Amino acid sequence: MIQKTVKSAEEAVADISDGAKLMMGGFGLCGIPENCIQALLKKEVQALTIISNNAGVDNFGIGLFLKKRMVKKMISSYVGENAEFERQLLSGEIEVDLVPQGTLAERIRAGGAGIPAFYTPAGVGTEVAFGKETRTFDGKQFLLETGLTADFALIKAWKGDTAGNLIFKGTAMNFNPIMATAGKITIAEVEELVPAGGLNPNEIHTPGIFVQRIFQGKGYEKRIENRTVSF
Amino acid sequence: MLTKEQIAKRISKEIKHGQYINLGIGIPTLVANYIPSKIEVVLQSENGLLGIGPFPKEMDVDPDLINAGKQTISIIPGSSIFDSAQSFAMIRGGHVDLTILGAMEVSEFGDIANWKIPGKMVKGMGGAMDLVSSAKNIIVAMQHCSKDGQSKLLPTCTLPITGIRCVKKIVTDLAVLEINPSGGFVLLERAPGVTIEEIKLKTAGNLIVPNQVLEINLD
Repeated sequence: MIQKTVKSAEEAVADISDGAKLMMGGFGLCGIPENCIQALLKKEVQALTIISNNAGVDNFGIGLFLKKRMVKKMISSYVGENAEFERQLLSGEIEVDLVPQGTLAERIRAGGAGIPAFYTPAGVGTEVAFGKETRTFDGKQFLLETGLTADFALIKAWKGDTAGNLIFKGTAMNFNPIMATAGKITIAEVEELVPAGGLNPNEIHTPGIFVQRIFQGKGYEKRIENRTVSF
Repeated sequence: MLTKEQIAKRISKEIKHGQYINLGIGIPTLVANYIPSKIEVVLQSENGLLGIGPFPKEMDVDPDLINAGKQTISIIPGSSIFDSAQSFAMIRGGHVDLTILGAMEVSEFGDIANWKIPGKMVKGMGGAMDLVSSAKNIIVAMQHCSKDGQSKLLPTCTLPITGIRCVKKIVTDLAVLEINPSGGFVLLERAPGVTIEEIKLKTAGNLIVPNQVLEINLD
């Protein structure tokens, strides 16, 4: 088996440089690549374009990049929960491309699957449709949306093996498997790294072909945004 | 006038056995509390889950299990987990039977605005545009008027819209209304203690009043 293992987050992100286009997995703070985020913060790379469903919160996740002004542009579906982001957006310091969540997911899936564009009904008649080709199928209007790829996809899985096969857990899956397919270089951090053969092939969500680098992460905080309990 | 809980309870009567349902943030989330136990439905969360359960007990909180509002949740037996592209394939492909969501404005043709206030709120649309463009049945839960007393049921939306001609039914604190396919809000039911005149006064769009308007039943 081809070995994909790297020793650390620092080694995994060593060649990510200023101006890079990154995909980052996660929904809110659930399933985000915490170790890669810390390693990139240390590197203080600049002018990043980040494709991520959300922008973290003020003091965690991608919010930490925003604080250090490392981001030039965000491509996201929802960027609430982050006052610093809203400030940079309203003052014009940061660019944002707001994309309907299903369109964002499908653009990433398409990008990873070699599909350059597709038609979707989401956003027809709204400002999302400005400047986009529309076409009618069976009497209903659709927008042409393009596939997305990135220089690097940074994703987080539950378990992985040294061949890059991945298994996700719970709703920490979210955008991670599709982003794995759309990165020119996909870096996976996992909670538990096992030798090739240590995972049941029938249970693998992301086949190793999509993963170029893998390492066992450490010290996961898994911060909860809205702790809601019943009594 | 209905409370938020009563709006949720009234909407729960629209739910049918065997449906797959997506509930938006706010009043729609409360609907789950009023689904009769004899009716079996599956709640979809667009971040990748079919089978949302109740909020967990403190000891069972799992940071890897949240809903689209980023609240910690539990899952029910028979639930399934999937990625975001598959989640929206369910939504876009018309496999989700019912979508219940909040709104800032609804037009008399069923257009909905609920994602942006120019210059004030630019948080993003999340999954709302995908949901409203594809759902087979969309029910809006909202207050009839805004906090400053302006009608939210309008001839045309003034805020940037989320989707066109998609809302089927609206349940507010004052009334249950249906969108007439050729335009207009058809008044189906009025809240206890609320007159048709008051609803007329607080509906800026065209209100169609049939011969019989029932009082909302909250039993």
